[in-house]
Amino acid sequence: MKIPEPRGPISDGLFGLLAGEPGADPTAQDTLHRLVTGTLPVVGDVIEDGDVQLALFCLYELHYGGLDGVDDRWEWNPGLIALRQLLEEPFEQALRSAARLSAGPPGLAPAGDLDSDAVAEVLFGLAARDSGPGMSGHVAKKATLQQLREFLIHKSIYQLKEADPHTWAIPRLAGRAKAALVEIQADEYGGGRPDRMHSALFARTMRGLGLDDSYGGYVDAVPAISLASVNMMSLFGLNRRLRGAIAGHLAIYEMTSSRPNQLYGNGFRRHGFDAGVTGYFDEHVEADAVHEQIAGRDLAGGLVEAEPALLPDVLFGATAVLAIDARLTMHIMGAWENGSSSLRSPLPAAA
Amino acid sequence: MTQVQQEPAADGSIVLCPDGPILVRGNFELVTPSGDPVPRQRKTVALCRCGASAIKPYCDGTHKMVRFRTEADATPSKKETV
Ligand code: FES
Ligand SMILES: [Fe+2]
Ligand SMILES: [Fe+2]
Repeated sequence: MKIPEPRGPISDGLFGLLAGEPGADPTAQDTLHRLVTGTLPVVGDVIEDGDVQLALFCLYELHYGGLDGVDDRWEWNPGLIALRQLLEEPFEQALRSAARLSAGPPGLAPAGDLDSDAVAEVLFGLAARDSGPGMSGHVAKKATLQQLREFLIHKSIYQLKEADPHTWAIPRLAGRAKAALVEIQADEYGGGRPDRMHSALFARTMRGLGLDDSYGGYVDAVPAISLASVNMMSLFGLNRRLRGAIAGHLAIYEMTSSRPNQLYGNGFRRHGFDAGVTGYFDEHVEADAVHEQIAGRDLAGGLVEAEPALLPDVLFGATAVLAIDARLTMHIMGAWENGSSSLRSPLPAAA
Repeated sequence: MTQVQQEPAADGSIVLCPDGPILVRGNFELVTPSGDPVPRQRKTVALCRCGASAIKPYCDGTHKMVRFRTEADATPSKKETV
């Protein structure tokens, strides 16, 4: 991915550092570390802070496809890992309190050891509370062509590497939970057909609307909350101690997918787009009705049966998705209701 | 090298999902009553059993909206079978 525009002193300092060789400038690395330590306490809301979220996004990116022109050895540079942890700590705390808020009144957190059916039931119950039409209803019935393009741009930050953050969890799981995750991921990656990979289907949808389908092509365009929703997955996926959270995250993701994707597809059909464009959404109507069963019962449920102590983190991952997605939806819909763009700067009108 | 393979007891599984579809995994063919293959994009499929799916025979999650409930005796709890 190409290096984005900095959004403040942290991302600016980080990109400056990454331009050099790992370890070549210890003073600059120290300066950045001190800057982050000094800045974080005065950041109001880490989740909505563009500078923090962009820096985290690019630090995580070193573990995915890398950053253009940046030495691959930076990935495991101890100073950079330390920097990432500095940023991750308040981010995780903010996610935990956002998740607690969205979890609502206690009584939902069940006591005692749950079997996998009971875990699936709790998760399906959580997902059902998130049934407001919101974004999907608007996309289906009202969204303009320009809004459909903005919608794809927000989604592209994740969907062009769809499934990758959850894949980190595979070697951290065992037995039934592992087999379940592999079964889901195999489907996400097209069952052996590269053109059926969900990320490839999404790229096709983007091209159909005249958008740039290169990975990270719109990072500069999206607000902090869009980056935060993807950083959350990387945080859960890359930290083994959060394997419960990534399982809960995937379960809720799958459980809140089939119906919205049906509505998204309707929105694009309403604008006259054919199956080439709606293929991504059509695929998810069917696939995620399968995935939600496996993710709820075998992945999350199987994990909790094997490691009952992980139940609170499974629920954390699940409620964090609901909380962050609700904020992202609020941001986008709020902008659209005001007749403005949900992006940092409006797209040029469609050609 | 062509030895008779000892097959495992079951070559696949059919999962009766509580209040939801029937999950089928393993080697099988999905065909219409006249024997024509039903288009299929994935190995493991979820077959609608609530009747409300818009993409039958597959499940599309609509069972959650129509509050489909499976019979209690179709999914006996593990505790009852002691
Ligand atoms: S069983 Fe899922 S839609 Fe019918
Ligand atoms: Fe997918
Ligand atoms: Fe999925």
